[in-house]
Amino acid sequence: MNDFVLMQGNEAAARGAIAAGVRFFAGYPITPSSEIAEIMALELPKLGGTFIQMEDEIASMGAIIGASLTGVKSLTATSGPGFSLKQENIGYAIITETPCVIVNVQRGGPSTGLPTKTSQSDIMQARWGTHGDHPIIAIYPSTVRDVFHEIIRAVNLSEKFRIPVIFLMDETLGHMRESFSIPSQFVVGSREVTTVAPEKGIYHPYTPHENGTLPFANFGSGHRFHVTGLIHDESGFPVTNAPEVAANVLRRIHDKIYDYTSEIWLNKEFGITDAEYVLVACGSTARSAKDAMIAARKIGIKVGLFQPITIWPFPYQRLRELSCLDQVKVFIVPEMNMGQMVGEVARCTMQRTRLHPLNRYDGELITPEQILNLIKEVHHNETRY
Amino acid sequence: MKQGIDYRKYLRLDKFPHIWCPGCGNGTVLKALIKAINGIGYKKNEVVVVSGIGCSSRATGYLDFNTLHTTHGRALPFATGVKLGNPNLKVIVVSGDGDATAIGGNHFMHSCRRNIDMTLIIINNSIYGMTGGQYSPATNFMEFGTTAPYGNIEQDSDICKIAVACGASYVARATTFHVALMEKFIREGLEHKGFSVIESIAQCPHHYGRKNKLGDGPAMIRHYRETSVMLSKAEKMTPDELDGKTVIGRFLKDDRPEYCDSYRKLMSRAQGLSK
Repeated sequence: MNDFVLMQGNEAAARGAIAAGVRFFAGYPITPSSEIAEIMALELPKLGGTFIQMEDEIASMGAIIGASLTGVKSLTATSGPGFSLKQENIGYAIITETPCVIVNVQRGGPSTGLPTKTSQSDIMQARWGTHGDHPIIAIYPSTVRDVFHEIIRAVNLSEKFRIPVIFLMDETLGHMRESFSIPSQFVVGSREVTTVAPEKGIYHPYTPHENGTLPFANFGSGHRFHVTGLIHDESGFPVTNAPEVAANVLRRIHDKIYDYTSEIWLNKEFGITDAEYVLVACGSTARSAKDAMIAARKIGIKVGLFQPITIWPFPYQRLRELSCLDQVKVFIVPEMNMGQMVGEVARCTMQRTRLHPLNRYDGELITPEQILNLIKEVHHNETRY
Repeated sequence: MKQGIDYRKYLRLDKFPHIWCPGCGNGTVLKALIKAINGIGYKKNEVVVVSGIGCSSRATGYLDFNTLHTTHGRALPFATGVKLGNPNLKVIVVSGDGDATAIGGNHFMHSCRRNIDMTLIIINNSIYGMTGGQYSPATNFMEFGTTAPYGNIEQDSDICKIAVACGASYVARATTFHVALMEKFIREGLEHKGFSVIESIAQCPHHYGRKNKLGDGPAMIRHYRETSVMLSKAEKMTPDELDGKTVIGRFLKDDRPEYCDSYRKLMSRAQGLSK
């Protein structure tokens, strides 16, 4: 018998992370994510885990990387301004291939912005916030139930692929309360730890196995190695005058993600089979989009919804497939921002289909009516001309 | 016959030659650190050395421990995560004056305040050496750096006084002339349960020395000898007499609640309440 609970989105993020084995949280208060820190402060000590409120967001990011290097699954949570502060250390986690999860409960930006209002204007920042060429995984659910499930998947992915995972939410999702049943069973994955015994051989922290996996050795386990944000060779030591090593490292960390997208992508599709108009929406906008789709169907317009849950890597392949279907004519992309996902949809669909954005950036949710009105208008133009 | 220690045991010799200049004081501090660790008898596997960015922070690459070379100014938060992730590890942080007190100033203050059990060695050469000799918060008034071509118009602060004010429980200062003292302070800091700060004044002859006409490495070390005053003597001197002098010694050694201990007690409380 599953537990049926009523839970806030932020609470589901905290409890889901704990269920996934997270036992270290370092964070800093920021609206609308502070509840995650508060619940971690309450729950982690009971489980022998560590909660610490650091002096700023940068320190929080550093602390979760340090803890992860000792073998503890770690997580931090923030919103826009804090997410901006964390970027340098996120890049550090990427190049040192240290597992960790960063929750960003998006709010109106830029800068201090609209602290208590919703948006999804950090989609591109999640991809490119930190400098330099880098891969990233970002996940963005739309229901409280999915927050719980998806943060477990986020932790698992970060451990498996040894990469920080950005867990996006928005203020609406973070603060809403919904009921769902907590699964009695779910898959929890942990980083692969090296089987090389310290006496037996030298462990190189960045030498991948043939299948691409990169076994870990926790600090203190007996393998002593160097971790640095400088471009490094397989022993972890910095190399400046070896261009081929530098290029190889960048290629390898990208290939380790982009060669395995089938294990990372996750999309939800509603009413796609015969759809002529496909809504592409994520986060809380997907909730309105689903309602709009249902309303449109009732008046005879064949609308479907494509909801990416994994935002990065972006689901170019599946969207391209959809755009190749004979009956698909238009993609409509509602976003609570001035157009961040729409460019990605365009690049894989615009050769064959039309594209209409719908943008709202005033701190309010896009309503089903707004989306339905655009669908009607687009449908009118498609059939009249 | 007294046997010296085998430094090679603690060094990643395959990563030599190191990048430091002839006459640099970093090596002297590194030696004091190794001697202190050797004297206590830590196992190499249980030691984690964390550094930021700068010439001082390159020390981690050359040391055969668990080493973590982080982002500029952020060594202390990473070290905090390591220590809390595995409190059995001995955590040592090596940082420079710019790394620890400019960009890292905030983390410096709060790590002192938390009194978490780790040892911070601030190698203070009064300059940003690695980037070519820009002035730092530790450069004196009217001294020169590449970004202070007309003279530095900022005052420097007393790093040890900041550490004491913020709550560190072991604070000491030595220079690369006072090698025995430096080793002693580092060892005391390592053995001390709480946040230990050892400010190690070290010469940068190539940048700071040249820009301020202080001579080569040995000349700068002799200068430390001339201008240093032991704390016990300094306490009896007037501010005028102390002008231009560097006070060295152990400023503070105090026993007070250490962060990991307090956290263990917090966990007991949390688990007691939940039963």
